[in-house]
Amino acid sequence: MPSYFNNEFETLPRAALEALQLKRLKDVVERVYHNVLFYRHSFDSIKLTPDSIKSLTDLQQLPFTTKQDMRDSYPYALFAAPLEEIVRIHASSGTTGKPTVVGYTRKDIENWADLMARTLVTAGAHKGDIIHNAYGYGLFTGGLGVHNGAERLGASVIPISGGNTARQLMIMQDFGSTVLTCTPSYSLFMAEEARAEGVDFKKLKLRVGIFGAEPWSESMRAEIEEKLNLTALDIYGLSEIMGPGVAQECFEGKCGLHIWEDHFIPEIINPLTGENLPEGEKGELVITTITKEGIPLIRYRTRDITSITYEPCICGRTHARISRLSGRSDDMLIIRGVNVFPSQIESILVRIEGVEPHYLLVVDRKENLDTLEIRVEVDERIFSDEIKVLQELSRRIEKEIKDILGVTCSVKLVEPKTIQRSEGKAKRVIDNRKL
Amino acid sequence: MKVEQISIFIENKSGRLAEVTTILGFAGVNIRALALADTTDFGILRLIVNDCDKAINALKDKGFTVSKTEVVAVEVPDQPGGLASILHVLDKDSINVEYMYAFVERCGANAVIIFRFDETEKAIKSLLSKGFNILEGERLYGM
Repeated sequence: MPSYFNNEFETLPRAALEALQLKRLKDVVERVYHNVLFYRHSFDSIKLTPDSIKSLTDLQQLPFTTKQDMRDSYPYALFAAPLEEIVRIHASSGTTGKPTVVGYTRKDIENWADLMARTLVTAGAHKGDIIHNAYGYGLFTGGLGVHNGAERLGASVIPISGGNTARQLMIMQDFGSTVLTCTPSYSLFMAEEARAEGVDFKKLKLRVGIFGAEPWSESMRAEIEEKLNLTALDIYGLSEIMGPGVAQECFEGKCGLHIWEDHFIPEIINPLTGENLPEGEKGELVITTITKEGIPLIRYRTRDITSITYEPCICGRTHARISRLSGRSDDMLIIRGVNVFPSQIESILVRIEGVEPHYLLVVDRKENLDTLEIRVEVDERIFSDEIKVLQELSRRIEKEIKDILGVTCSVKLVEPKTIQRSEGKAKRVIDNRKL
Repeated sequence: MKVEQISIFIENKSGRLAEVTTILGFAGVNIRALALADTTDFGILRLIVNDCDKAINALKDKGFTVSKTEVVAVEVPDQPGGLASILHVLDKDSINVEYMYAFVERCGANAVIIFRFDETEKAIKSLLSKGFNILEGERLYGM
């Protein structure tokens, strides 16, 4: 019997859920129209007023909000509540220029804690669990987001944050951590360190790992579950929308992430044309926040690529599920005119047995031609004392990538641990092209 | 009848061989024989040492990828035609040599050839039947 954090809302029949969404959508459109100049202008420019929203499909008439709109509004111009009402400010890492800033009212923080607690329960956590929270604390929403949800649930949370892996392992053993929250790549990094330090994950009490903040694959899940001896589940969230706890894979179904539709309306669009795509088709995830007060966003383009299903789930939750994220529309590399997502290359690598997902893509331009080099670490599973075996492996990877993605690449085998490990998000691409 | 060889993956960049040999030196491991196979990007260093496990542990500790392989050490007279006589036998019995390397015994009249075969047992049988002397691991490690 699955347990819920909020039985009523998590299992709300579809019709009631949609009625609630419509009511909340009308409310948020009204609020942003009156309180956010950006939305007032964008609605006015297409002669749209809050009254135009009569059904959920009317949402599709509204303009998108993009990351660039958030940058242009730096720092507070998109806030719908006065600063006196804002009790917390987070910002996402600005890889280019200024970060994107988000503000939360007291009610937003409460909703976030509720949704994160719901997320934890969905992953099989409960009161009495010791939650080892290795997401970074600070401006990044990961650490504090999970933290507040764990406290709301009534679990014991260890706010260890990222880094200092030796100490993480010691505390995990001594404190008896039962739930691990961090990025999937950091969990594998921990497994490597544990092996080096003689720590046996089979002797730890870890039961569940809740991994997110970067795309990962089914094969990576298998590897994590084997090495860390736990059930690995996918969590989704982004600071613009709220932070961690926007969607979570359930322990029972382990197939797609329930997106909390009583607070967020998801859509899938074609990233090139902006058209809505039917259920099941892969495209860019667009989210409208319908309860947020601090910085509500209308049709925010997440740039994350996924698909959605409304099929009932065995866990009994009625909320739609998004599939494992397969990449970001802006991570896309264009190599000799071919669109390539690093995650596609990763899934090819992990399918070739034994190749650990420690790889780096190096893109360059030589004599006006793009080149792609894939550096792969050679560990004991793929090493051979015979040159031809290793060369065969390189050729196989090159061939599969050519066959599946249509790009020519060269594989370079490198010594273990020579590719830089990150304790947060893994860096998978170096683009040396001077365009 | 078989000898343990360790193989180490090394990138083709300066200082890697020095690094490996320094690690082994510090660990008190003595190298008996070695061969390096290389490509443009990487190489495989193959070693026969006096203490295989010690060498493997020391190298793994420093993050190297290491494997253990069974090879065969055959003694041949250190004179013209010595090696050819072995290879003829192998050829006749259709035994493939994956790779090989040789060294000359200290103050001895013989050379030692290290072979990596695809079918090790068959190769040993074939060579023994023709009267070749196959060295035990212990003898080689302690040379």
